[in-house]
Amino acid sequence: MASPSAPVEGVAPARGRGPARDVAGLGVGRAFGFVAPAFLLIGAFLIFPALWTIYIGITNYRLTGVEAVSPSVVGLSNYTKALNDALFHNALWLTLVFVLGSAIIGQNILGFTLAWIMRRTRPAVRRTVEAFVLLAWILPSTVVAYLWVAFYDRDGGTLNSLLGTQGTAWLIDYPMACLVVFNTWRGTAFSMMLYSSALQAVPPSQLESARMFGASGWQTLRDVVFPHIRGHVLTNTLLISLWTANDFSPFLLTKGGPNHESETVPVYIYNVALQGGELGYSSAISFLLLIANLLVSLVYLRLLRRRS
Amino acid sequence: MTPGFVLRRIGFYVLICAITLFFAVPMLWIASAPFDSSPGLGVHWPDWTLENFRKTLEHPYAMHSMVNSLLICVTTAVAVTLFAALASYALSRVRIPGRDALLYGLLLLSSVVTGTAAMVPIFVMMFQLGLIDSRFGVALVMTGGLLPAAIFILKDFVDAVPKSYEESARVFGASTGQILRDVVLPVARPGLATIMVWAFVNSWGNFLVPFLLLRSIDKQPGAVLMQTLTDEGGSVNLQVLPVFSLLFSIPVVVLYLLVNSRYGFRFHGGIKS
Repeated sequence: MASPSAPVEGVAPARGRGPARDVAGLGVGRAFGFVAPAFLLIGAFLIFPALWTIYIGITNYRLTGVEAVSPSVVGLSNYTKALNDALFHNALWLTLVFVLGSAIIGQNILGFTLAWIMRRTRPAVRRTVEAFVLLAWILPSTVVAYLWVAFYDRDGGTLNSLLGTQGTAWLIDYPMACLVVFNTWRGTAFSMMLYSSALQAVPPSQLESARMFGASGWQTLRDVVFPHIRGHVLTNTLLISLWTANDFSPFLLTKGGPNHESETVPVYIYNVALQGGELGYSSAISFLLLIANLLVSLVYLRLLRRRS
Repeated sequence: MTPGFVLRRIGFYVLICAITLFFAVPMLWIASAPFDSSPGLGVHWPDWTLENFRKTLEHPYAMHSMVNSLLICVTTAVAVTLFAALASYALSRVRIPGRDALLYGLLLLSSVVTGTAAMVPIFVMMFQLGLIDSRFGVALVMTGGLLPAAIFILKDFVDAVPKSYEESARVFGASTGQILRDVVLPVARPGLATIMVWAFVNSWGNFLVPFLLLRSIDKQPGAVLMQTLTDEGGSVNLQVLPVFSLLFSIPVVVLYLLVNSRYGFRFHGGIKS
């Protein structure tokens, strides 16, 4: 669940597509039996926790101490606390910076650039470049995080050797910038693939006529290509923003430090809950994150349905 | 070949090289450090040795954590595939009351309830159930998390299987069980294999759930052990970590290549693998 699974691209709940016909003679009763185990597991380990967050969020439940044994309901005081919590505001702001910098700007633009310039390169070049971009995406997150910790390291890290800036502790001096570059590197593959397939839907004849009329590259992009892929840009941006906002890998690079300077909301939730032991308060923040996810997903699904 | 054209070509290739370097350079370390007799954090041409591999194999927890990973991920992948197959077949072929609402709910769930948003209640729940520090508990949580998306992808596969196969089998008097076992299962095999690989790869890389739920080091899967070793630091670990990163990455890359070459797609539903 750390790498969130994508809702299926281009597949809104299929209404009327292929009318269900019970060709094997399963019957409604056995069909329920088939569905039951999956939904029991989903109910127990996904739906129940999500709903339970609401309850824990209005208690003063703690990991240790008196409130661990007998928590009491404290109403909305966890939420009013969040309103005045400077560290929570800090986490919100850093998450915004992280999403804006690495997803909306970084992955989007780099992914589109790759898809655009790779259209007509030789297959060998294309495959090589894509292999590296994809590798960054499929490697396990702990491995990738360690690669970047090594890359940024103060003594002998590759970045310092390349720039000749020995002794610069990048992760301590510029933690958020490091995370933004890291996540751009990590996630660009998705945008690249999505835009590659989107660009195939642009009619070549229109590109051809744009060239005949002497349109510059930028004009072609704006007036010919963009209108065709506008929907893809929107869905891509929504998805990668959702994933980035929920990404736990900043923890693997900086643990939120130094001094909360890279503590995005997921890391903050972990630190408040497991380091600070404040389960009630961290549940309230989790619930806010769930609501934000729900809003983004609803917009996303509405877009998908309108397109299909 | 105007000068402008030549300049643009040069600019174009400079851009490609720059982007490729950006993606390749941070990865070089995993190719050089495992084979270097004095591995550091920087990339340099290795002084070849296989000593680090011996150290890693001898490490008390390294290989053991691979076994833990395998245990957790195989359980998860099998459970996800089995339950998703049953559910997606029923949802595809039988009009259960409220089916469309169910599917819509699944789609929402798969993106809304992320590991980070649900970590506190999941931790509290497993704590109260006494499933903290249990590898089985980790597999259960991962299965629940992967099922919605798995059902959705598999339903797509099953929808694409022509119903005429099942119809003709029925005409020849096959029972429901026979149809499922001898007709549907073989036709749906590529879809099932894909889901199994997808679930395996996803749980293999999952750090948060085992990190949250496991306490003892001898139960940790590879993803968590790496973090434990990183936190410890020290020169012994600098010999073990590079090799371990490499070994830990191999299954993911191999499975990815396998699915890619076998079934010729790599972008199904925006899901890795």
